[in-house]
Amino acid sequence: MTEKVFAAYDLTKTYVSGETQVHALRGVNLEISAGEVIVLLGPSGSGKSTLLNIMGGLDHATSGELSFKDLRLTDLDDRGLTSYRRRHVGFVFQFYNLIPSLTAYENVALVTEIADDPMRPEEALALVGLEPRMHHFPAQLSGGEQQRVAIARAIAKRPEVLLCDEPTGALDSRTGVRVIDALMKVNAELGTTTVIITHNAIIQEVAHRVLFFSDGQISKAITNEARRAVAELQW
Amino acid sequence: MRALDIKLFRDLIRLWAQALAIALVVGGGVATLLLAVGSYRSLDETRIAYYERYGFGDVFATVRRAPKGLVSRIAEIPGVVAVDARIAKFALLDIPGFSEPATGMVISLPEIGEPPLNRLYMRVGRTPDPSREEDVVVNENFAEAHRFTLGSSFAAILNGRKRDLTIVGIALSPEYIYAVGPGDIIPDGHRFGIVWMSERALASAYDLKNAFSSVSLKLLPGTSERETTTRLDALLDRYGGRAAYGRKDQISHAWLDHELDMLNNMSRTLPPIFLLVSAFLVNLTLSRLVSLEREQIGLLKALGYRNASIVLHYLKFVGIIALIGIAIGSAVGTWLGAYMTNLLAGFFRFPFLVFVKNPDLYVIAGALSLFAAMVGALRALREVVALAPAVAMQPTAPPSFRSVLPASVSMAGFVSQPTTMMVRNITSHPIRSLFTTLGMALATAILIVSLFLGGTMEQLIDVTYFLADRQDATVSFFEKRPREVAFQIARLPGVLTAEPYREVPVRIRNGHIERRIIIRARPRDAELNRIIDADLRPVVLPESGLAISAMLARILKVQIGDTVEVDLLDGERRTVLFPVAALVEDYLGIRGMMDQEALAKLLREAPMANSVNVSLDGSRQDEFYAALKAMPVVSSLSLHASSLANFRNVTALIITTMASIYTGLAAVIAFGVVYNSARVSLSERARELASLRVLGFTRAEVLRILLLELALLTLIAQPPGWAMGYGLAWIMRTNLAGELMRVRLVVEPATYVFASAIVIAAAVFSALIVRKRVNQFDLVAVLKTRD
Repeated sequence: MTEKVFAAYDLTKTYVSGETQVHALRGVNLEISAGEVIVLLGPSGSGKSTLLNIMGGLDHATSGELSFKDLRLTDLDDRGLTSYRRRHVGFVFQFYNLIPSLTAYENVALVTEIADDPMRPEEALALVGLEPRMHHFPAQLSGGEQQRVAIARAIAKRPEVLLCDEPTGALDSRTGVRVIDALMKVNAELGTTTVIITHNAIIQEVAHRVLFFSDGQISKAITNEARRAVAELQW
Repeated sequence: MRALDIKLFRDLIRLWAQALAIALVVGGGVATLLLAVGSYRSLDETRIAYYERYGFGDVFATVRRAPKGLVSRIAEIPGVVAVDARIAKFALLDIPGFSEPATGMVISLPEIGEPPLNRLYMRVGRTPDPSREEDVVVNENFAEAHRFTLGSSFAAILNGRKRDLTIVGIALSPEYIYAVGPGDIIPDGHRFGIVWMSERALASAYDLKNAFSSVSLKLLPGTSERETTTRLDALLDRYGGRAAYGRKDQISHAWLDHELDMLNNMSRTLPPIFLLVSAFLVNLTLSRLVSLEREQIGLLKALGYRNASIVLHYLKFVGIIALIGIAIGSAVGTWLGAYMTNLLAGFFRFPFLVFVKNPDLYVIAGALSLFAAMVGALRALREVVALAPAVAMQPTAPPSFRSVLPASVSMAGFVSQPTTMMVRNITSHPIRSLFTTLGMALATAILIVSLFLGGTMEQLIDVTYFLADRQDATVSFFEKRPREVAFQIARLPGVLTAEPYREVPVRIRNGHIERRIIIRARPRDAELNRIIDADLRPVVLPESGLAISAMLARILKVQIGDTVEVDLLDGERRTVLFPVAALVEDYLGIRGMMDQEALAKLLREAPMANSVNVSLDGSRQDEFYAALKAMPVVSSLSLHASSLANFRNVTALIITTMASIYTGLAAVIAFGVVYNSARVSLSERARELASLRVLGFTRAEVLRILLLELALLTLIAQPPGWAMGYGLAWIMRTNLAGELMRVRLVVEPATYVFASAIVIAAAVFSALIVRKRVNQFDLVAVLKTRD
C-alpha cells in the first residue's frame, strides 16, 4: 500500500448556478494509496460528491492540482478525461444509473465493449452474485440488485479506482450490506482503490481511512487500525 | 458498439409512437415532393412522346378554300418538314335522344394511308372506307358521352345538308387532347365531338375537291415560328386565310400546357413548403427528444464513451427515424403520384403513359429530411455533450424563473398556482415556446394553403358564371352575320333576350411583348355578358378604346391610358393603335373587349356578329333547340349551365382531388407535430408533475397544468398560422396564375376555421394519449430514480 494513486493540492471548485456562486471545494489536500478503501463522510453540500466527481474526471476543478499516479488530471481536457475514465475509473452511483433499455448483462457489456482488458460481463456479474439474473432488465430487478449490476458494470473493466457515490443510499440495510460486501470483495480480489461517499456512518468501519468533510474542506481524517468484517455491519 | 446498438433498438421500440409520428412528418414532406413533381414529369414526358409518335403539328392555319397545288409551295417554306392539308369544318350534329344541338369538328382523312401529321390513335375499329361516305371515326370523349359504339349512328348538317353517319372507329388525336368546343372552356363530350371522315366524302359535301381548308406544318427544330407563319399567311392570304398560329395558340395544346404548367407550378410551390416545414418540425422535435436523453448521455460519458461515439449513437437514432419516414413517404408519394398521374392521364385520355422514374427526387427529399433530422439532433447534442458528465447526469439546474409582473404585483389571488406555473413555464423558455408555437402555426399554414384552392375555385365560378356571363346559352354562326341576326334569334321560341357580339382575332403588342387574343365587340349596355372590374362591379364599356384583361395588362406591362398596337387578323389586315380604356377582372383566358360600333368603324364594315347570347325560358328549351337545329347558319350552341357543370366536374374535380391529397398530408404533418410537442413536454416535466401528485394534486389538476400549456400554445399559434397560411396561399396563387386561368386570392373564413380545427383536433387527440400517460405515472419511481 505504498504507491500513491491520488494526490490533491489545494483543490477548489466553484459552481455558478443560476445567479448564485457555490464554493463546493475550498482547498482540499489529499493523498490516497493503491488498494486503500476510503470512506468520505459529511453533511449534504459539504463537497464529497464534488471531490469524487473531479477525481473521477466527471468534472473540472476550478483551481489547484489533482494527479492520478503520474497523470495530472487538472491539466487534462475533455478528451483526456474521457480516456482517463475509460481506462482507470469505475463508478457506482446512488441511483444506479442503469440504461433502462438494456438488460443487466448488456449494461455491463456497455463498458466491456470499450475497455482494453475487461472481464467477461458474466464474470463481473458473478462477482456480485447476480449471474442468475443477468438477462433481466433494470425494471425487473430490486434496488439492491440494480446497484450490484452497477458495481459489476463499474468493475468489469478492471479499473484501478472505484468511486462510489452513496452506493447504499437508496437501499435497505440487508441489501446495503450485500452491496458493501460486493465492494469489499472486489477490493480484496482485484486490489481496486475504492472511494465511497456515504451518509451512513456505520460503513466507515470497513474502511482503511475515513475523511470527514464540512464546508468544502476535509475537517478530520481517521485511520482505522482494525477494520470490521462486512458481515458484522448492521444498521 | 453492440450494447449501444441494442439500446438504440430498444429506445426506438420504447418511443415507437413518437418515432412514428416524427417519421410521418418526414414522410408527409417526402410524399408531397414525389407526388407533385413525379406526376408532373410523367405527364409531361407522356405528352412529349404522344406528340412525337403521332406527329402533332407546330403551325396551324385555316383558310376558306385553297387549292391542293399550294401544298408544294407551302412545303418549300424554309424549315418545313411536313405539311398536312385537309378539310376541317364545324358542323351542327343531331344526335338521337339528345335534344340539344351538338357541334362537331369534321376533319378529312386521306383516302390512302395515314395523314402526314396529327395522326390518329385508333382505340377501336378502323378508318373510314373512302367508298362509303357515311363512315366516320369519332373521338373517344364524344363516343363515351353518348355511349356510342361501333355501328352507332348520328346525323350531321354538312354545308346545310343533313347526312346520316355511322361510326366505324373510335380514336384519340394529339390535336384534340383537350377537345373543347367553340365558346367553351372545358371539354364536353356531349356537345362537342371530333368527326373524321374520308376526304372524298367531305370534299363533295363542302365542294372542296382538290382543295383544303386547314393546314398544319411540322418544322425543323430551331425554325422561327414567326417567320414561318408570316410566309404561310402570305401564301394563304388570297384564299381567305386566317392568320396562322403556333402551338401556343392551338387550343388543345394551350390548355394542356396550362394544366401541366399548373401542376408544375404546384409542384414547385407546395412540396418545397411542405418539405421545409417538415424538415423544420423534425429538427425541432428531434432536438427536444435528444435533450431528454441528457442524463443517459452524461452516464455514457462517465463510463468513458467518447463524444464521437455518443454523437454517432444519437445520429443513428434520428437517422433511423428519418429513414423510416423517408421510406413511408417514398412509398406513399410514389403511390399517390401514380394515382394522380392516372387520374389526369384519364382526363386527358392519353393513349399510353410514360412513367418517369425520379431517382433525383428520392435523393433530394431523402437527403433534406435526413439532414434536417441530423442537424436537429446535433443542435441538442452540442449542448449536452459540452457539459461535464457530472453536470449532465444531474437533472438540469432549475432555470432562473422570473415573474412576468413586477414583484409588487403578485399573480396570487388572481390566478391559481397551476396557471402561474404554466405562464412561467412558457415565458421562461421563450425560445422553446416560440418554436413550439411556430411549429403549430406552420401546421395550420400548410393546411390553409392546401385548403384555400377550393374557395378560390368557387370564387372563380361565381365571378365568371354568375357575375360576368349571365346568358343561358350562346348561339354561334359559321360566318359573321349582320348584327340584326340577334332579332332573328330573339324571335325563336323560348328566347327572352338576345345580345349579339362579334369576335375578331388580333395580335396585341406593347414594344416586343405580343399576344394573340380575341377582341369581343358587344353592345355597350350588354346585360348578359358584363364587364367586371377589380372591385367586382359591372362597368360600362368605354365608348372608344379597348378594355383588356387585367392579366393581359400585366403581361404587356400597360396601364389604363397607355397605347397598345393591335394587328387585325380578320378581313382587312391592318395595324391600329388603341388606348387601353379599362381593365377587366376575369379569370379565364386573356382577351379584349370593345364597343361593337367602334369595332365596326375600325373594320370599315357594318356592325356584324358571330354569336348571340340569349336568356331562355327554361320551360321552352326543347323548342328552342329544335328551332336552332333547323337553322343552317348556326354552327354551335354552348349552354351556360352545362359549361358550368362541366367546369365543376373536371377542373374543380382535379383541383379538389389535389387539394384533398395535400390536405391529408398536411393533416398528418400537423398531427405529428402536435403529438410530439405534447409527448416531449410531458417527458420534460414528468418529475415536476409527479411531485405535484405527491403533494396531493389530483390527476385532473396535474393534467390541466400540462394540457393548459398545450392548449394555450395551440391557440396562440393560430393567428400567426393564419397569416402564414395566407402568405403561402398568396405565393401559390401568384405561381399558379396563367394566361388561361388564374384565381383571385380568396381565403374563406371557413378555410381558416377548418385548418385550425384540424390542428386543434390533433391537439385534443394528443391530449387524450397524454392523459393516459399521466394516469400511469409511477409516483415513487419518478421521484426516486433519475433515469
